[in-house]
Amino acid sequence: MKTVLLRFLLLLLPFSWPGLSQALTIEIQKGNSDAIPIAVVPFGWSGPKAAPLDVGAIVATDLRRSGYFAPLPPADLVARPVDAAQVRFENWRALKIESLVVGRMEALPNRQYRIRFQLLDVLNGTQLAGYSIQSSLRDLRRAAHQISDIIFEKLTGVRGAFDTRLAYVTVVKGRAGKPRYRLAISDIDGYNEQIILESDNSILSPAWSPDGSAIAYVSVTPRGPVIHVQNIYTGRSRKLKVFKGLNNAPAWSPDGRKLALTLSKDGNAEIYIYDLARNTVSRVTRSQAIDTEAAWLPDGRGIVFTSDRGGTPQLYRILFDSAGRPGRAERLTFEGKYNARASISPDGRRMTFVNDHRIAVMDLETFRMQVLSETNWDESPSFAPNGSMIIYATQSPRGGVLAAVSVEGRATQKFSVSRGDIREPAWSPFRRRSQE
Amino acid sequence: MKRIYQTLFVLALAALLGACASPTKPDEGAAGTPGSGTPDDRRGVVDGGPKTVEQLLNDPQSPLSRRVIYFDFDSAELSSEDRALLAAHAEFLAAHPDVTVVLEGHADERGTREYNMALGERRARAVMQLLVLQGMRREQAQTISFGEERPVALGHDEEAWRLNRRVELLYSGY
Repeated sequence: MKTVLLRFLLLLLPFSWPGLSQALTIEIQKGNSDAIPIAVVPFGWSGPKAAPLDVGAIVATDLRRSGYFAPLPPADLVARPVDAAQVRFENWRALKIESLVVGRMEALPNRQYRIRFQLLDVLNGTQLAGYSIQSSLRDLRRAAHQISDIIFEKLTGVRGAFDTRLAYVTVVKGRAGKPRYRLAISDIDGYNEQIILESDNSILSPAWSPDGSAIAYVSVTPRGPVIHVQNIYTGRSRKLKVFKGLNNAPAWSPDGRKLALTLSKDGNAEIYIYDLARNTVSRVTRSQAIDTEAAWLPDGRGIVFTSDRGGTPQLYRILFDSAGRPGRAERLTFEGKYNARASISPDGRRMTFVNDHRIAVMDLETFRMQVLSETNWDESPSFAPNGSMIIYATQSPRGGVLAAVSVEGRATQKFSVSRGDIREPAWSPFRRRSQE
Repeated sequence: MKRIYQTLFVLALAALLGACASPTKPDEGAAGTPGSGTPDDRRGVVDGGPKTVEQLLNDPQSPLSRRVIYFDFDSAELSSEDRALLAAHAEFLAAHPDVTVVLEGHADERGTREYNMALGERRARAVMQLLVLQGMRREQAQTISFGEERPVALGHDEEAWRLNRRVELLYSGY
């Protein structure tokens, strides 16, 4: 039977009206009792008609979802200053608010907008940050997320990851009950969805290139799995050389020049490194067991992968020597009968993985493991580029959903689509601030 | 060897019958059985004669009619029952070297998707290995894995999982 791969670039440009089109519904499942009390005052507006976007609300939502902040509900605001000069700090101290965000937006000629905001330390009555950002209508949401990033970094010391994106796969029943698969990307708050690929074939393991310009994925065709790399800006897709058997689990090397992947051309599932410029592969693992789901260490000096060489699926690490030759495999997990699909935090200190159908995180120095999720049938964990959160796939009574959990396990949120399942999430790298 | 001659005889007979039927035009009452007159059709054999490949495969009394092998969780081990069943398939394939089979490996929804792709392949290869051991030529079979991507049972319970952990023997054209 012939299956047609429909590959098309639906929306090269994000949706032009920034307030519409939220593809994912996001609910907070569990808050964090230690969250920092903050107030984000609705931003002022000067320009014709109403403001095109409620920037303050987007910032407050970002901060709340991170689990690190507890923004004051708008109804509880004692005043609505739009500039530090209008702030009476004692009023906010009385509400036990530690930080205050005030700002205003104005319309400029040529459909440009300027947003000014200030982050204030309520206890000391001082300004921690003050910025002016200019943006087109199209990029206003992005500007709001960048404001959230600045606030997050000033208050936690960690770079914010609100101006980032998610890649994921959705599945809906099409005609005659046949599933239709879509590979999509959206902003981290579910807006600006772009469909990268639509197909009758199952799509697995989307992986962002380190520069965020391309996504590698597996298409499970009727003739077997095939790996593609698609540029998300041009829509151009490249099929990697297909080997007999498995062509699975692509993982970008930190320099973006290679993919670690799983092939079975030599007998059983082994990990190889595919050189993207030369279209050649070199073998990493040699065992009678299944070796798959490679993840690179961020310094590029090794990989972590799933292997059942010890009888059950467990995680192993292989380091490369200075000539790039793989060393001996070292077993990392011992708790549980099923440890698989690792993802390494961007700082290389932690590893998240599936531990007996839940999401766990392990400190790679102490090897201490902690189970993070309270859901079931969890899969495909992926770190935010700042390492603060993990997004993963899980099951709800209605079908496949995504969940995000802070690395400390203190706050969780659920991402769902209105119809069908969503799965295989991958959190993008940081976006360059100048980049569109 | 005897089986091969039987098959050849059947094919020759079918070709002969096909040749006789060939003047029939597609629109002359042959509706509903398109292609029944083509020379390579193996179905047009009278009852009582040597069995066709299709008859051999689809005889509900024959072990060959059973073409799904089931597995335990995270396992590619074949039970002695499966081995006996696969021995019958291997004998059939050895006797019919022109027949090819696709061994399609699958997994249940538990565990990670990529691991299950490899697990489905391991199951298909386990079946392949046994068939070869029992006399099938390696070129007669191909393995493919769909992991957990193509379940036959859609539930989320033991019964659905049991049915989905499988290798299907797909004889081309049957």
